[in-house]
Amino acid sequence: MKTIDTLTNMSIQITTEKDTLHISVNGDIVNFDTQTTLKKIQKSITKQIKKIIFINNNLQKWDSSLLLLAFETICLAKDKKISYSIDSMPKNLQELITLAFAVNRKPSHKTSDQKDFLEEVGFKTLSITSKIKTVCKYIGEILSSIGRWLTANSVMRKIDFLSALDDCGPKAIGIVSLISFLVGLILAFVGAVQLQMFGAQIYVASLVTIGMCRIMGAIMVGIIIAGRTGSAYAATIGTMQVNEELDALQTMGLSRIDFLVLPRLLSLLIAMPILTILADFMGMIGGAFVGVFMMNLPYQEYWKYALDAFSLKNFLVGIFHGFCFGFIIALCGCYCGLTCGRNADSVGVATTRSVVNAIVWMIVVTGIITVICQELGI
Amino acid sequence: MTKEAIIRVNDLTIGYGDYVLLHDANFQVNKGDIFIIMGGSGCGKSSMLRVLTGLLPPKKGNVIINGTDITQASPAELQKIREQSGILYQSGALFSSMTLAENIMLPLQQYSDYSPSTIKELAHLKLALVGLNGFDDFYPSEISGGMKKRAGLARALALDPDIVYFDEPSAGLDPISSRNLDDLIIELNRSLGTTIVVVTHELASLFAIGTNSIFLDANTKTILAQGNPKELLKNPPNKEVYQFLTRGETK
Ligand SMILES: Nc1ncnc2c1ncn2[C@@H]1O[C@H](COP(=O)(O)OP(=O)(O)OP(=O)(O)O)[C@@H](O)[C@H]1O
Ligand SMILES: [Mg+2]
Repeated sequence: MKTIDTLTNMSIQITTEKDTLHISVNGDIVNFDTQTTLKKIQKSITKQIKKIIFINNNLQKWDSSLLLLAFETICLAKDKKISYSIDSMPKNLQELITLAFAVNRKPSHKTSDQKDFLEEVGFKTLSITSKIKTVCKYIGEILSSIGRWLTANSVMRKIDFLSALDDCGPKAIGIVSLISFLVGLILAFVGAVQLQMFGAQIYVASLVTIGMCRIMGAIMVGIIIAGRTGSAYAATIGTMQVNEELDALQTMGLSRIDFLVLPRLLSLLIAMPILTILADFMGMIGGAFVGVFMMNLPYQEYWKYALDAFSLKNFLVGIFHGFCFGFIIALCGCYCGLTCGRNADSVGVATTRSVVNAIVWMIVVTGIITVICQELGI
Repeated sequence: MTKEAIIRVNDLTIGYGDYVLLHDANFQVNKGDIFIIMGGSGCGKSSMLRVLTGLLPPKKGNVIINGTDITQASPAELQKIREQSGILYQSGALFSSMTLAENIMLPLQQYSDYSPSTIKELAHLKLALVGLNGFDDFYPSEISGGMKKRAGLARALALDPDIVYFDEPSAGLDPISSRNLDDLIIELNRSLGTTIVVVTHELASLFAIGTNSIFLDANTKTILAQGNPKELLKNPPNKEVYQFLTRGETK
């Protein structure tokens, strides 16, 4: 049997002679794909083959592809307990092969064992229950930390709290104002088109006011803060994990919750309701902008309808949403940071997870609050 | 001369998940020792340190520090042991949002009764002791890697601990800084009687400072040798230890 791979001036010939397989190489063996040749070799190793010999037939240049071919062939030979010889190959190639086989200590813990369906289901269930346990423990720790804070036993530093507050309060005003102004504008536009058909465009004022105050203001603030602050929490705390700073805290006996989570949580609990009020207000201005300048509604009349539609109940429900969202964002951001792995990659993962989790939970909680309000008739 | 053990490790098995790194290890660290944990890469030296400092629960066995078993200690007891030990992490692990002085003041504020001005002076003194006089108001991002290590050491020493742990103190340091750190370790040990546990594989350093050691082996997952590193070099108990201590010479 004879196979020849010929490309420019390289060739590898595989021949069988009684119980011996000859692999003869010649010319420049660089940059070539070993897999097809390897398959041919594999096919040629029949039952009667007892020996594989590499033959150097005027080999010129070679690179890792030849090394790979030799390595994989030897692995095959070792597998099938066939003897082999690479004695005629260049000295340095032989040395590299020896090096590759020098340490045969495989990590014993990284086994990618195939699980069957039931096993998979079992593992998933166990991992979900253990995850629920850790989350419950985390929330419990936070509550006890808040308790320590209320009784003035917390190790939280005032300066950490103030800088966290500065970060999620004053520094977020610009973006929150802009986005909620635009959302108010969009709400008004969309509403106006419909209401105009009935000649009821003045009710745009009520639509925007109720929409922003009851829910849209809080949701917009929640999404902005989850993206800019929650993710920053996850990234900061995750990086502290990578830098062993969390270990240092733990071995110093300082509570990570008191020290890292509490200042962030408290500042968000304070900032979120205030930002929500700001967003409500800016949204109403956005609506007025459309009403007055584009639909030519009289200014005074617009505000009259807007204020008529304003109800303290809706306003407070909106602020309550903001408060809950603050809790969720801080919880998700800090949790993802604290459970971050120990390399740069996992900081990225933690950051993404914090934003996604926060938004999902905000929507879930909104649903729950809405149902409860419905039942209570609020 | 019988020495008093400050750390005693009995039948310790450590690992992650199902994976065992080291099984049934027994050794003790005596008061006033400079104790070296050595071995090849990936044999579990850092993990051993994490167990000794209570960051990683062992799979089996006890770690008794100053008479308290940390694997079964109550939070209050654990707290007490932590106040008595300082740790220098591989990268220094300074809190990046605080200045060097604030980093060192943190444990003092938590665990000592000094007045705020005394605490400030103490932080200044500790920084000066590690050769960082005048760097009080610098942030960790504004100093070099070697300086971070020294600042980390200053923080580890803040509460005058009985035991100080080092994870690869000389990694990433130039030979002179590394030598200076070794001198600092010896000085600490001599003048304050601090017990010191060092993970290292720098030969020059471990011969210069070590008074006792253990050698961990990844293949057998056991402690292959114990004793003074210089003695181990003179009478190597086995091939692995000899090769390690002579940079791979074969006997
Ligand atoms: N968090 C972890 N989860 C699972 N396995 C781990 C974890 N940390 C370390 N290991 C494994 O434990 C082994 C020992 O790691 P360790 O960091 O203790 O080694 P080391 O002796 O300090 O090595 P080096 O000298 O390179 O620092 C490694 O093989 C590693 O794969
Ligand atoms: Mg290590």
